[in-house]
Amino acid sequence: MTTYLEINKKQVNEEKWEEPFYLNMGPQHPSTHGVLRLFLELEGETIVNCTPIIGYLHRGVEKLAETLNYNQTIVLSDRLDYIASAANNTAFALAFEKLMGLEVPRRAKLLRTIVCEMARICNHLLWLATHALDIGAMTVFLYCFRDREWLLNIYEKICGARLTHTYVRIGGVRQDFTQEIIDELYKFTEEFPPRIYDYETLIDVNRIWLKRTKGIAVVSAEDAINLGLTGPVLRGSGVPYDVRKFRPYDAYGEVDFIVPTGKNGDTYDRYRVRMEELRQSNRIIRQCLDKLSETEGEPVLAENAPDLLIPEKVRKPEPKPVPKKGVIFKGEEVPVVPPGEAFASIESPKGELAVYVVSDGSGKPWRLRVRTPSFVHISAIPFMAKNHLIADLIAIIGTLDIVLGDSDR
Amino acid sequence: MGEVIDRLISIIIAAVILLVIALLHVAYLTYAERKIIARMQQRLGPNRVGPRGLLQPIADMLKLLTKEDLIPYGVDKPIFYIAPFISLVCAGTGVALIPLWEKFVLSNINVGILFILALSSLSAYGVILSGWASNSRYAFLGGLRASAQVISYEIAMSLALLSVVLMAGSLNLVDIVNAQINSPYKIYLIPQIIAFYVFIISAIAECNRVPFDLPEAETELVAGYFVEYSAMRFAIFYLAEYFGMVVMSALAVTCFLGGWVGPFKVPYVPFFWFLIKLYFLLFVYIWVRATLPRYRYDQLMGLGWKVLIPVGIINLFLTAFLKLIF
Amino acid sequence: MEELLSELKEKFPTVIIEIQEKDYFTLICKRAGFLDLMKYLKDEKGFKYLIDLCGVDYLEYKYKNFKERFEVVYHLYNLDNKTLLRLKVRIPEEDCWHFSVTPLFRTANWFEREVYDMFGISFKGHPNLKRILMPDDWEGHPLRKDYPVYLEEEQEWKTYKELKEKIKEQS
Repeated sequence: MTTYLEINKKQVNEEKWEEPFYLNMGPQHPSTHGVLRLFLELEGETIVNCTPIIGYLHRGVEKLAETLNYNQTIVLSDRLDYIASAANNTAFALAFEKLMGLEVPRRAKLLRTIVCEMARICNHLLWLATHALDIGAMTVFLYCFRDREWLLNIYEKICGARLTHTYVRIGGVRQDFTQEIIDELYKFTEEFPPRIYDYETLIDVNRIWLKRTKGIAVVSAEDAINLGLTGPVLRGSGVPYDVRKFRPYDAYGEVDFIVPTGKNGDTYDRYRVRMEELRQSNRIIRQCLDKLSETEGEPVLAENAPDLLIPEKVRKPEPKPVPKKGVIFKGEEVPVVPPGEAFASIESPKGELAVYVVSDGSGKPWRLRVRTPSFVHISAIPFMAKNHLIADLIAIIGTLDIVLGDSDR
Repeated sequence: MGEVIDRLISIIIAAVILLVIALLHVAYLTYAERKIIARMQQRLGPNRVGPRGLLQPIADMLKLLTKEDLIPYGVDKPIFYIAPFISLVCAGTGVALIPLWEKFVLSNINVGILFILALSSLSAYGVILSGWASNSRYAFLGGLRASAQVISYEIAMSLALLSVVLMAGSLNLVDIVNAQINSPYKIYLIPQIIAFYVFIISAIAECNRVPFDLPEAETELVAGYFVEYSAMRFAIFYLAEYFGMVVMSALAVTCFLGGWVGPFKVPYVPFFWFLIKLYFLLFVYIWVRATLPRYRYDQLMGLGWKVLIPVGIINLFLTAFLKLIF
Repeated sequence: MEELLSELKEKFPTVIIEIQEKDYFTLICKRAGFLDLMKYLKDEKGFKYLIDLCGVDYLEYKYKNFKERFEVVYHLYNLDNKTLLRLKVRIPEEDCWHFSVTPLFRTANWFEREVYDMFGISFKGHPNLKRILMPDDWEGHPLRKDYPVYLEEEQEWKTYKELKEKIKEQS
């Protein structure tokens, strides 16, 4: 890190301006979507080399998780991708359920699916807003925020929080929907599709928008897989990989939806894929709402779901405690959680979010690994930005849809 | 001697009136922009300071005046100090040449159009110098972009105006308006529609407004050439931008829309028609800003050199040809 | 899946130590020859997508039945027939290195940097093995089990300490 600063300093002091032009983009920059720092080597305005530097938002979630019990860990997951925290909650909960061998009731599955898809709509709306703002279209930004606000209000009714919900619990969800929420969601699903059309009319046929997005940052299917890109970015390149279809979790197996894919793998295709996903998410919510009426009154939490405060250690009481000098209590330790490992991944709005958890039988995870999509996507920036202009770099950061809390953990 | 002093006093009074009107317009242009864009984006806009937020521009000015004027370490101080003023003076002086009314034009010189073009070219110096003096890479890139952009769009704009000059047969702005009144269409917008389009697009680019706001592209270069400025010097750049908008719109009104002339005379308000046309053009500026995304740098240059300049040249030849025949 | 596993076992008898059936099939591999196995899986068997690469520290793990301290865990995915495969390589503490798979999977680049940052396992053949989440001059590897969650004052980051002293001097 210091080396770059040294280069900068040396250049200024010795007035060596013939050398490549270095530019430090970030960590404080309006359009790096957080504290991403990009060290650019420029020739004119063309990017010769681009080095992303992350870690400014590193909070040590993985280390912290080792000191907290499983239910507390879900609270940490909210802070990863704070734009779509319901998806993160679900990923964590799925991994822990797999580890503990819990079966989630159907109603809880449906509720989770609804919440996850709401998170996807929230995320894509925010993405569209900021992406358009980065490219310069200001009005879309505020239109999108209006709808996102509506969803956040519904979230508030569901669980009391707007961004960091912790609504999903191990073994189910925290509480059932009220009728009011269901009515509100019905209203939303009805009014939302025409609004997507509105947004499209704002920018879709705009010549400047097309010029700025078509043919920018083209990634072939092969490269995309090799770079580990997932989510809409991968689908924009024409690979129909979607965890919801490939390894269905929650209620995704029983709902009907299409996985949209692009052809050319450029910024415009990724934009189209995300717009189509908004429609599909709306459809999924609608179907799940219809199915909710079938499961009226069923529990939303598995019976054997762990208590919110999992004890760290449990001792099996001995049938006949032998009183002995100096030893007050004796017993054999029993695992609270089955020891072993579990891997679960979901299709978070940004891409594949995978959780790998190793348990040692105590109430706390031995090791919790989170594979976040933003981390992988940022690592692909140097590949995508090569030989593009600075203005394109902004479009690339926007199209990858990154959140630094997600990547730095 | 007494005559000269009388004349001087009358000129000074006229200048002060003009300056006050122009400053008020510029201040309330910022307010209008915020309000109009807010309406277009379904929000309220400023509404806290004064009734309907009408005192907002004054509050902003006071706030910026009382802020600390930061001078970053390592800047080229004399140039850093003077650059915003170059921008402002060059942008603002153009107002003096615009004939607001038959009997109200501060300096009626024979090469009015040429003078305004020269001033708007000079205002690029403010941008370039500030970008250079700031000793910051973002500002430097912004300055570079600005210079390239202003130079290339200057040509298209001059070509558009040249067609008007050809039709009117004069470089004097009052003469141009008079020539328009005497022409069969009353305004030059109809015969010179192509030139008008070229002029408006280049004028937007000249003022660094969306979709050509590359020198100050907020999301790319943070704020471009004035990224290191603060307080009053920062405000002056804004003032210069809005002055530029007013002058360019006023020039368009004078050269294409018939100046002070309207379909009927409005008693006691001699500027009425001029201002109506001016406000309409300013509204177009704001409208464009709320609607369009930003061009990329190379696309912007492409538009300038490959589309606007050829179109301008063809229009110029066409005008000359028609003038020769009739 | 069964076919694939038996084929692998046949083809790489020295590399694969054990095949476990957990939530997904897990191959425990040796470090030597691991790259060949990965290359075979990627090029011949269509496991083109590396979902995840991470390290695990098994210091004083209760149910441990091996002597090495670290494990590097790979999750490979085949997009065509939708199979997920987990590979594990055990790394002893005193000989703390592994082969880099970055030439095969470019996505492994940052994952390996992260494992290096957090566990101190260095990867041979990696183009740019530096710390990624922690500052360059950080001491220790935070995700190791013997690294404390809360640092004492004397263990603080050097640069931060210097900065604090500087501020103290100036004020």
